[in-house]
Amino acid sequence: MLEQVKEIVAEALGVEKDTLTENTNFKEDLNADSLDLFEMIMTFEEEFGKEIPAEDLEKITTIGAVVAYLEA
Amino acid sequence: MKTRLTEILGLKYPVIQGGMAWVAESHLASAVSKAGGLGLIAAASAPAEWVREQIREVRKHTNCPFGVNIMMISPNADDVAKIVVEENVPVVTTGAGTPEKYMTMWKEAGIKVIPVVASVAMAKRMERCGADAIVAEGTEAGGHIGENTTMVLVPQIVDSVQIPVIAAGGIADGRGVAAAFMLGAEGVQMGTRFVATNEAEVHENYKQCIIRAKDIDSRVTGRATGHPVRALRNKMTTEYIRLEKEGASFEELEHLTLGSLRKAVVDGDVKEGSVMAGQIAGLIADIKPCKEAIESIVSQAEALLKGDQNHE
Repeated sequence: MLEQVKEIVAEALGVEKDTLTENTNFKEDLNADSLDLFEMIMTFEEEFGKEIPAEDLEKITTIGAVVAYLEA
Repeated sequence: MKTRLTEILGLKYPVIQGGMAWVAESHLASAVSKAGGLGLIAAASAPAEWVREQIREVRKHTNCPFGVNIMMISPNADDVAKIVVEENVPVVTTGAGTPEKYMTMWKEAGIKVIPVVASVAMAKRMERCGADAIVAEGTEAGGHIGENTTMVLVPQIVDSVQIPVIAAGGIADGRGVAAAFMLGAEGVQMGTRFVATNEAEVHENYKQCIIRAKDIDSRVTGRATGHPVRALRNKMTTEYIRLEKEGASFEELEHLTLGSLRKAVVDGDVKEGSVMAGQIAGLIADIKPCKEAIESIVSQAEALLKGDQNHE
């Protein structure tokens, strides 16, 4: 799952997949704005078949957090 | 101009007035609604009880539909979200975030919900959570903005949702409306055009800035902080952009803009204040009553859409 999440993030934000780690923070490290975040969230939802309510957005600030959230 | 939007909201014209902070209050909103469009009260960061008073004030002047714009990141959002239900407000538009957590409450109250979005993903998400229509706002708009232009955003959102799409950003006359309709929009939202009206309770200096503005006169501040805002260039924007280039801290930049919109709208300080306006300010050459503005825009758009290219 980690690899798949990295792929989605790399694709959405136009960054090299190899530079991403579990600790990569979307806002701080990748300068993602709110539109970028929703773009990724919508893709995660589609790919993993799980709805992510807006209230949970603050919980998933890093790649590792996304993986933990989706696996929970 | 009958569209699904006029049908859903019970409007004469598919024209919505933007939810501009400090500007969108009861006088302007009731004038726009009376003229057949949808007037809005902007809750912005105002005290929630002020919003209630404004809603009641609009009701004193008209029975026509009107709405409240709620900024999701504002501290007053929870309270205003309840007030619109208590006061039976027919329409709510939302900005700066997602209204998901209020959706059930609003839909149960029969409120029509129209989020303002700046991307396809957000539009899809809003449709899924029950929005009745969507405002697709391009970067031409004044105030807080996204990156995409209206020209590219509207057709892509039209293609990705089933609900009616309202185009916003860069529209101030019938040509703009007709163009938006050709892109698939079923309504338009205009902000700057309505600031330059007799009914807008905005300092005369501010209105004159819009009248005098040329095509190249708007500036975007806050790109560095991630909260881009479009305003007409003046001492404040020049200073802000200079500091931004020097890598000034968020606090330093905040200090410059704190209360700056009020300064311009209420006090008429158009040098140090923030004269938020869209790029289309350059096209706006006169101050007129809302009714006249709406009717001339709609009749020009109708003529153009019928193929009459010579219509003035």
